[in-house]
Amino acid sequence: MVDAVSEMLNPDEEGELQDARGGVAVIACGALAREILDIIALNSLDHVKVTCLPAKLHNRPDQIPERLTRKIRELRMDFSRILVAYADCGTGGLIDKVVASESTDHCRVERMAGPHCYAFFAGQDRFEALAEPEPGTFYLTDYLARHFETLIIKGMGLDRYPEMRDLMFGNYTRVVYLAQIDDPALTVMAEKAAEYLNLRFERMQTGYGELESFMRQAETTAQGQE
Amino acid sequence: MADDDLVLSELDDQELVEQMWDDLYDGLADEITEGTQILLDRGWTPYKVLTEALVEGMRIVGIDFRDGILFVPEVLMAANSMKAGMNILRPLLAETGAPPQGKMVIGTVKGDIHDIGKNLVGMMMEGAGFEVIDLGINNPVEDYLAALEEHQPDILGMSALLTTTMPYMKVVIDTLKEKGLRDQYAVFVGGAPLNEEFATEIGADAYCRDAAVAVETAKEFMARKHNQRAAG
Repeated sequence: MVDAVSEMLNPDEEGELQDARGGVAVIACGALAREILDIIALNSLDHVKVTCLPAKLHNRPDQIPERLTRKIRELRMDFSRILVAYADCGTGGLIDKVVASESTDHCRVERMAGPHCYAFFAGQDRFEALAEPEPGTFYLTDYLARHFETLIIKGMGLDRYPEMRDLMFGNYTRVVYLAQIDDPALTVMAEKAAEYLNLRFERMQTGYGELESFMRQAETTAQGQE
Repeated sequence: MADDDLVLSELDDQELVEQMWDDLYDGLADEITEGTQILLDRGWTPYKVLTEALVEGMRIVGIDFRDGILFVPEVLMAANSMKAGMNILRPLLAETGAPPQGKMVIGTVKGDIHDIGKNLVGMMMEGAGFEVIDLGINNPVEDYLAALEEHQPDILGMSALLTTTMPYMKVVIDTLKEKGLRDQYAVFVGGAPLNEEFATEIGADAYCRDAAVAVETAKEFMARKHNQRAAG
C-alpha cells in the first residue's frame, strides 16, 4: 500500500491517504506521505483521516498558507482536531497564522514545531548542531532523494539551464542526507544528487524523529474521546 | 538572438533596443554584450544604454516574474545577461563622474548562504545609478557595522532566504538602535519567507518583495531625503 500511495503522490498531486471519521484529521505535505503511512501502521492510528497537499509546494512556500486554509475549512466541520504536518517550511510564520486563525471552539488546529521537515526528522537540537557550523548544507530526506530529479533538477529549472547549478548551489559545501529508513538504494540516489550538485556527501540516520511523536498525539485524542 | 539571420548592427537604434529587451528576456548574454557595444559605438552615452536598453529590459522581465510568467531560472539568465552589459558600462559610467543616486550596503545575514535575490537587487540598484557595496553572504552584525562606518551609505539592505535566519535581521537593527545609529540609515529587508508584517515587527523601514520594488523604494527614499535636506 505504501508503494502505491507514494507513487500516486508524485510532487504535483494532492491526495487522501486514509479516510476515517475518528475525530482527528492530519493535513500533511505530500513529501511526508510514506512516513505518515508507516507511522499510522506502527501505531495503529486507523481512526485518523490523512490528506496531503502536493509536495511540489516545497518550491513555492508562498502558496502553502492558502492551500492549507482551504483544506482546513473543508475538514473542520467534521473533525474536532486537525494536525498540520507542516513545519514553517519557508513561509515566515504564515502557517502559524493560518493555524491560529482557523482554529475554532469546535476544532483545534495545530502544527508541528520547527522551521522545516529536516529539523523535525533530525530533532530540533540535533539539527541546530548540524546546521550552525556549516550553513552551506543542502538537506535531503528520503522523499527528496527519491524525487530529486523532479523537485530539484526539473523543479528549479536546472534541466533547462544547467549553467544555473553553480549560481544556485555555488555557496553550498555539502549534502546531508537525513535518512528516515535504511535503504541502500535511496542512499545511492542521495549520493548521486550530491555528485550532481558537486558537493561533499554525508548521511545521517534519523528515523521519523519528531514526526512520530506529533502523529501520536492523535492516539491521545482518540483515547480522550472514548 | 531568436532569429539566427538577424544582424544586430544592421538594426536601427529603436529596433536594436527592442531586440535587446528580447535578448535580455531570453537570457542571451553574448547578444547583450554585442548590442551594448554597438550602441556605444553609435555615440550613445553609457547612461542612456543602461537605462533605455538594459534597465528597461529588466523592468519587463520583472513584470513577467511578478505575474508568474517567468520563473527564477529565467530571471537569473536575464540578470546574467544584464551583468554582461554592465561589465562594459560600469567603468564608463565611473569615468563620467556622475554622482550616484545614493549608496547602499547590502548583504545576506549570518547563517545564510543564499545570495541570488541579493545579487539581483544589487545589480538592479547599480543599474538605477546607486553605488552598491556588497558584503556577500553569512554576515554577522559586526560586518554590517564595519561597512556602515566605512562607507556611510544611505541604505542598509539585508537579505535572508531561511525562516531560521531571518530573525537575525532584528539583531542587526536592535544593535543599530543600541549604538544610536539606527536613524542614520534606511533599512530595507527582503527574502522569500519575509513579508510586510515581519519587516514592521523588526523595525525595518521597508520590505522589498523583489528587486524592482527595492529600486523603486530606494528612489522614493532618496527623493524624500533630498526634499527634507532642501526644506531643512
